Amino acid sequence: MWFEQVLFFVAGIGALAGALGVVLLQNPFYSVLSLVAHLLGLAVLFLLLHAEFLAAAQVVVYAGAVMVLYLFVVAYIGGADEPLRPESGGVALFGPLFAAAIAVELCIAFISSGLQALDTRGADLGPAFGSPGQIGELLLTDFLLPFEAASFLLLVAAVGAVVLARRRRGLEEVGTGAATEGGRPPSGRREPPTETLEVRV
Amino acid sequence: MDITWYLVLSAFIFAIGAAGVISRRNPLVVLLCLELMLNAGNLALVAFSRMHGGEAGQVFALIVMVIAACEVVIGLGIIVAMYRNRLPIDVDEMSELRG
Repeated sequence: MWFEQVLFFVAGIGALAGALGVVLLQNPFYSVLSLVAHLLGLAVLFLLLHAEFLAAAQVVVYAGAVMVLYLFVVAYIGGADEPLRPESGGVALFGPLFAAAIAVELCIAFISSGLQALDTRGADLGPAFGSPGQIGELLLTDFLLPFEAASFLLLVAAVGAVVLARRRRGLEEVGTGAATEGGRPPSGRREPPTETLEVRV
Repeated sequence: MDITWYLVLSAFIFAIGAAGVISRRNPLVVLLCLELMLNAGNLALVAFSRMHGGEAGQVFALIVMVIAACEVVIGLGIIVAMYRNRLPIDVDEMSELRG
């Protein structure tokens, strides 16, 4: 099964490089594109783990729809290059140190967990494992309540995003002086564009 | 490939995401790093589902993707609201909850 190993290493290194790119690239636009590469690598890994439906959903929903939403917002805000933590303070040292500690700790926990099946290639699978039919049947039988809760949560999030991102001119005029001081300055500056962000989930 | 490889990879991705959440200042990039951490969790869930031979882990990963989408939508809505109110797009400057 050398083909599977080669594919694992290619996809895994791609996913790791994408993750590093998200953290290390300075322009948010490139960070989003790097996350797309990371998600595609993860989709290949999902395929290797016999999760066909999840891989398809990852590519279509995640790398497609959600990342397009990100790109729109980055283009709207106009993400400028930001230097990576210019002052060499404590946080600049603490971040990578914390990450290394978490990685070592998780690896120790995984490897020494005593689960014997970890060193195998997994249980024997039926031919329909991870297919859309199986997942759909599980979602509508055993996991009906989480499924409905997730759909309701999506509805709430969509309504909440519209409420958050709309122009609230009325609130600022009603508010006190402290509330308006962070608002838009009286004149001379460019008004921000007036479109509302439409979010479709 | 052994399941351990997938789990170690997910641990590394999670650690990279955590480092980004700590050390980046642009809230957009912080949200991206949160996505990284959620995806590392997804990879571990799918690997365990492969190990046990049951699909419950994959359904769980699907639900996690839904949660991630909700988080993205709300987070981006907050960032756009910050931009509209001419607040600085910087998590160090945003230290209070009042809008």
